[in-house]
Amino acid sequence: MSTVVLLGITGLGLGALYFLVASGLSLIFGLMDVLNFAHGALLSIGAYATWWAASHSFGFPLALLFGTAVGTLAAVALELGLVRPLYRRPREQVLATVGVGLAVPALLSAIWGADARTFPVPSALAGTFTLLGASVPVDRLVLVGAALVVLLALRLFLGRTRHGLVVRAGVEDRAMVTALGIDVRKAFTLVFAIGGAAAALAGGLAGLYFGSVDPTQGGSLLIFGFVVVVMGGLGSVSGAAVACVVVGLVQQFANYYSTAGLGDLSVVVMLAALLLVRPSGLTGRLA
Amino acid sequence: MTSPVLSVRGLKVVTGGRHILHGVDLDVAPAGVTALLGRNGAGKTTTVRGILGLVPRTGSVRYGGDETVTMTTHQIVRRGIGYVPEDRGVFAALTVAENLRLAERDPDPAYGLVHELFPELRQRARQAAGTLSGGQQQMVAIGRVLLNRGNRLIIADEPTKGLAPRVVTEVAVALERAAQAVPVLLVEQNLALVRRLADHCVVLADGRTAHAGPAAELLADAGKSRTLLGVGRRVDAPAPASGGES
Repeated sequence: MSTVVLLGITGLGLGALYFLVASGLSLIFGLMDVLNFAHGALLSIGAYATWWAASHSFGFPLALLFGTAVGTLAAVALELGLVRPLYRRPREQVLATVGVGLAVPALLSAIWGADARTFPVPSALAGTFTLLGASVPVDRLVLVGAALVVLLALRLFLGRTRHGLVVRAGVEDRAMVTALGIDVRKAFTLVFAIGGAAAALAGGLAGLYFGSVDPTQGGSLLIFGFVVVVMGGLGSVSGAAVACVVVGLVQQFANYYSTAGLGDLSVVVMLAALLLVRPSGLTGRLA
Repeated sequence: MTSPVLSVRGLKVVTGGRHILHGVDLDVAPAGVTALLGRNGAGKTTTVRGILGLVPRTGSVRYGGDETVTMTTHQIVRRGIGYVPEDRGVFAALTVAENLRLAERDPDPAYGLVHELFPELRQRARQAAGTLSGGQQQMVAIGRVLLNRGNRLIIADEPTKGLAPRVVTEVAVALERAAQAVPVLLVEQNLALVRRLADHCVVLADGRTAHAGPAAELLADAGKSRTLLGVGRRVDAPAPASGGES
């Protein structure tokens, strides 16, 4: 029983990371039709900024805030400087984001080396607590809590604000939003900023979860972020939330109860099976 | 015609390497309804989309004294244009109230007028627009335009297409009411409706302007109507009894 509890909470923690990556990715893809392969780079930037700040006595909460702010600024710069000039050239846009996705890890390697750097986990989050006989690391709860806060904030933003209304409408029909006199490019920048903030937050929390940061972390998490986006349905934050829980749990249980590494494979098989049965993902939007 | 509210000269649109418009000229009168007519595939919807910058275009589009062909769609629309698209363009996942709220540009939106013309929209405010009938969706599309008192031109692209006769009448009344305050450019296949509403008309054929003049004069001339619009008889129905006559 204790093993099941531990695997369940760890799976939820991993799912929380996937959600933070996928929520922004899903909104960016849904609204802008941009396959942002640089999203992993934003996560890495957030991870290294949080690690740097935490290593310089910022304290974990402040370091996380700093990392998130740096990732947000990087996302805005990416959208304004690279993605926006290529809106009418989707192939070049994909190539550009792939380029950034490759360049940022290389840059991080050049500055701090290719080896993983130990993340200074604060003592309050380094321990465990007992739940149904299982010793569960405290940081898993932090991850799940952060994902729930982001989910709630996104739902409030999308459901209660005019900017959120513009984003939801833009996901459906971008041209019609502009035909109502709304500058949808502002929504693009906003969505990129939100996505960048969530990815950078995921980067900081990934440091907590894995106990280290390394330049390839963003790329690895991005793959599962894309899986969650496709499973959840494009542009659907709620769909991404459900899909990330499923992916995180399946991965953990499959890895434990079968050969290590089979968890990743089982996620891909699950995605293929879902798309065969329901090509539009869990919430009905076509991939 | 006194100085037109919208003046299009030599409008050309090329999409996917295909020339859709070869140089459309049209003027929209400063009051009343100007109908944009033509057979299927003549380029009416593309002309509207070109005016609004929804497709890449060249030529000249002067609106309110400004050249708008270099502007983006939202910049053009914010200068006071209300647009009812051919496919209604409602956001299916948004509620009726959210669809209307999204279109608000005026500080004091005219909800009173919208709910007076379309009382159903008030009753269905919390219903997802995607679950409405075609007629109700058209009410949302027209309601979004009527909401903004600052509009100085309304462009309606086949607003009665595929609608039940009762709804056609409601749409006609709404357009008639709107046209009392704001000039309307109406793309329409229902010639009975054109006869009822339009003062002027412009006819397109193969992506070019083929005719421009008083609407009643064209519709009364069976020969000209047959040549330009493909209809074989004089159109003199007094009211829009059935949708889709063309």
